[in-house]
Amino acid sequence: MSFDPAITLFSCHYTSQQSCAEEGKELEQLGFPASINLVRVPCTGKVQVTTLLKAFEDGADGVYVVGCPEDGCHNVKGSVRAAKRVAAVRDALEELGVEGGRVQMYHLPRGLHPEFVEKGKEMDSRIREMGPSPFQN
Amino acid sequence: MIVAERKPMSEIIEMVQDCKKVLVLACRGCVTVCSAGGEREAEILASLIRLGMKKAGKSIETTIGSLVRQCDREYIDEIDQWKGEYDAVVSTACGVGVNFISNLRKDTMVYPALNTTFFGGSAKQGEWTEQCAGCGDCVLHLTGGLCPVARCAKSLMNGPCGGSVDGKCEIHSDVECVWQSIHDRLASFDRSAQMEVIAPIRDWSTAGHGGPRKIVRDDLTV
Ligand code: SF4
Ligand code: SF4
Repeated sequence: MSFDPAITLFSCHYTSQQSCAEEGKELEQLGFPASINLVRVPCTGKVQVTTLLKAFEDGADGVYVVGCPEDGCHNVKGSVRAAKRVAAVRDALEELGVEGGRVQMYHLPRGLHPEFVEKGKEMDSRIREMGPSPFQN
Repeated sequence: MIVAERKPMSEIIEMVQDCKKVLVLACRGCVTVCSAGGEREAEILASLIRLGMKKAGKSIETTIGSLVRQCDREYIDEIDQWKGEYDAVVSTACGVGVNFISNLRKDTMVYPALNTTFFGGSAKQGEWTEQCAGCGDCVLHLTGGLCPVARCAKSLMNGPCGGSVDGKCEIHSDVECVWQSIHDRLASFDRSAQMEVIAPIRDWSTAGHGGPRKIVRDDLTV
């Protein structure tokens, strides 16, 4: 069964600045999946557990966070905090009998670089494989 | 503080199966401090309840409320402000809070969201350890301020036992032998002789073995 997933990405200002280049066209040209709705945040340390859960409540099939490298966060520990919250949401999803892999954390270098697109593609294919969110009735 | 942790979601979803709307009620006391049942945790729990019910093909409305404490009558009465907004209360207070709501509100169904675990403290962020078991007859003045009731696996009054090895308890190599610590601490105050004093057989009736406990302070009642 093929389906078009809805994926929400929370990315910090620093790792996602390429999304703004040429009004987002550059990302599109690089093959960044159209299924991903990018939400920019000042720092991923600002992303709360409830923010991630709400994305699922709002219909996302998958949710992921892209923040600075663990040892190179612009706000020192923001992306490490984000990773802990992603892990808490993963545990909670599993408690509800849902695949923990529907939520993911990536630490990527800042600025325009191929990994940002690669991780987007990885997330897109993972969610396509898992199928629609079990939270949609 | 009273330390608690959230119950598994499968248990909580089972409790609210037949509810159409619930009041997720936080407590701003101990459980806020131990990050188990404060306003933030109630918000997370409400979201997880909605998601869990959605997965089960049902829908549920959640209202989030919070009380200063759930262990005093005057705060419990404040639940009236959410009248009509819930079929049941899911309390994120400790077991005392859930009991208090049940005692005082005969028409309110209340479910526990937490497993209430121990009286403890946090010496390290994100980590809590048991320190006291509320035995009702404190012996800390004899044990260097370290509790053998709560912190010795056997609650020995004359320790250590033969299983104490290199400061660790025989139940697990990660567990401190509190009797070794008591010994070391007494020694550091030049009070090692206290270790030689045989503690008498204890009367555990103050520890709840004589039924539910109650304290009445005449000077505070009118
Ligand atoms: S001796 Fe009793 S009251 Fe004192 S700390 Fe231990 S359990 Fe608590
Ligand atoms: S090893 Fe120490 S803490 Fe463990 S049971 Fe014996 S006396 Fe108690």
